[in-house]
Amino acid sequence: MIIDQEISRKMDALREHLPTEQSLLLPLLHEMQAKAGWISVEAIKEAAAYLKLPPARVQEVVSFYTMYNRKPVGQKHVQVCTNVACFLRGADKLVEGLEKRLGIHCGQTTADGKYTLNEVECLAACGTAPVMQINDDYYENLSDSVLKDIMDKLDRELSHGPS
Amino acid sequence: MVQVEKLLTQHNDVEGSHTIDVYRSLGGYKALEKALAMTPESIVDEVKKSNLRGRGGAGFPTGMKWSFMPKAPTFPDGRPKPKYLVCNADEGEPGTFKDRLLMTKHPHMLIEGMIVAAHAIGASRGFIYIRGEFVFETKRVEDAIVEARKMGLLGTKVSGTDWSFDLVVYRGAGAYICGEETALLNSLEGKRGEPRLKPPFPAMVGAFGMPTCVNNVETFCAVPTIINDGAAKFASVGTERSGGTRLFCVSGEIEKPGVYELPINVNLNDLIAHCGGVLGGKKLKAVIPGGASAPMLSAAETDVAMDFDSLAKAGTMAGSGGVIVISEDTCIVEVAARLLKFYEHESCGQCSQCREGSHWLARMFHRIEIGQGTEADLNAIAGICSNMAGQTICAFSDAVTGPALSSVRKFRHEFEEHVRLKRCPCKPEGHVPKHDHHASATL
Ligand SMILES: Cc1cc2nc3c(=O)[nH]c(=O)nc-3n(C[C@H](O)[C@H](O)[C@H](O)COP(=O)(O)O)c2cc1C
Ligand code: FES
Repeated sequence: MIIDQEISRKMDALREHLPTEQSLLLPLLHEMQAKAGWISVEAIKEAAAYLKLPPARVQEVVSFYTMYNRKPVGQKHVQVCTNVACFLRGADKLVEGLEKRLGIHCGQTTADGKYTLNEVECLAACGTAPVMQINDDYYENLSDSVLKDIMDKLDRELSHGPS
Repeated sequence: MVQVEKLLTQHNDVEGSHTIDVYRSLGGYKALEKALAMTPESIVDEVKKSNLRGRGGAGFPTGMKWSFMPKAPTFPDGRPKPKYLVCNADEGEPGTFKDRLLMTKHPHMLIEGMIVAAHAIGASRGFIYIRGEFVFETKRVEDAIVEARKMGLLGTKVSGTDWSFDLVVYRGAGAYICGEETALLNSLEGKRGEPRLKPPFPAMVGAFGMPTCVNNVETFCAVPTIINDGAAKFASVGTERSGGTRLFCVSGEIEKPGVYELPINVNLNDLIAHCGGVLGGKKLKAVIPGGASAPMLSAAETDVAMDFDSLAKAGTMAGSGGVIVISEDTCIVEVAARLLKFYEHESCGQCSQCREGSHWLARMFHRIEIGQGTEADLNAIAGICSNMAGQTICAFSDAVTGPALSSVRKFRHEFEEHVRLKRCPCKPEGHVPKHDHHASATL
């Protein structure tokens, strides 16, 4: 079970502002993913039961939106924007560098489960391109050296816990 | 020299501008006070007179949109129907990043604009739909809502009147199409973000079936200054048909990228110069003037005013205000291929013309870019586009044709060279494209 008291409380608070039960679906899935890391078939059934929706309704929503992970992701989900503004500012080189450093291709997760790498579309931060998002945080104005510092820091955090 | 007149972002650098105390100390929420003493009709009139046009992309006159909302809608049994107000903060159009700035620095300006708008159209609830990736911005706006509620500016009996209005933030989940307003409404209802057939228009059947008005973040943020300083002042900037300043998002190969608030009809050449010119002093090749969907302008076409009508006359569009600068060193075919891959990924798939068309175009452009395209590919592009634009439920497929047609029409020689040489002339000979963008998996 992923939906705990805290998630339930959040849904109750939202219910006051949203006119239908189904409209709780996106927020509920966000909360479930924040806790479990991804949306499994079991999670879909659980969300459906919670909102009294047919599981197919939930499934079709989960598959529509790219932010819902339908596979487990690493502890750090690295998403590099390769849309035009970032491309014009060298995003491809960053992706290459990350692939080399992590030893994986885009769409893959490292064997130790620490990192997942993905290309994403415009993150609406084009003025500070190139840009990536790792979990909830944006990293902007990236260069090889800035990227290296960020990744070194994450490596340390993952092996020792946050400083 | 461009004339710098800021109406929205003059306090960008004020410490704590996002908090209610600082916002109020700078004159914030005075417009609300004033608006609550006005009749809804006179607010709508004032906004009409300001010549404010929607900043989300289509440039629809805001006052007119508000006036389309039914005055006292009822259910068949006679009970009054609620009316809703929605803020489009999906900010998905590649090259656009102004709503992010507004929500980060001035969330109360957005909230104040929304309360005034809600009063003008008689809405009882408001929803702010923010793209899911904006975790920080979401928190900013949510915190600001809590502050406003504490001050009695939101909730039951707004500011001591007998009108109630409250706001809630709704997070998207990664789908460009949810920026299209009817897709957004479906998403807000907890559904797949597929655009709806119009009519009925949202003003009649919108969110949860109720009459709904949807506006962009920047549109709402322009409302407080219009009410405070009067429509005439706002309308005195810009053109007769398009008033005020606009937040231009300048990115790509430009010396000083960023958000620039300037008169809406600033000349594109002046805007580029204002941003320090092309990166590294290179020569300009092309500009995408209004977000990814806007047809490209070649360097010879940049002596143009940036307002909606002037850009439409120039065969492109002002769209979302995203200005992407491209230098002579960049391969236009690769830029176009990149954009088409984006559209292929983001087509919601409802309409076959769009689903198949964006897929074919992405394949073709990719093929041409890597030197496997043919003259026949080049000749097929216009035909595919003519089967897309205007043929579908929403304007997404029109958007796809923007970069596709303009790049081939204006830079045909570059495409032909790719075909003739069987490789990208901008890359060293023997270059293997490292990234097959079509192979990169999504989760
Ligand atoms: C494919 C597509 C994507 C869109 N994306 C956005 C967006 O991200 N943000 C936005 O405000 N409007 C977007 N729009 C425009 C909206 O449909 C709508 O016109 C706008 O939100 C209305 O607000 P306004 O009148 O204040 O401009 C998009 C339209 C289309 C066709
Ligand atoms: S193109 Fe990368 S953030 Fe917009």
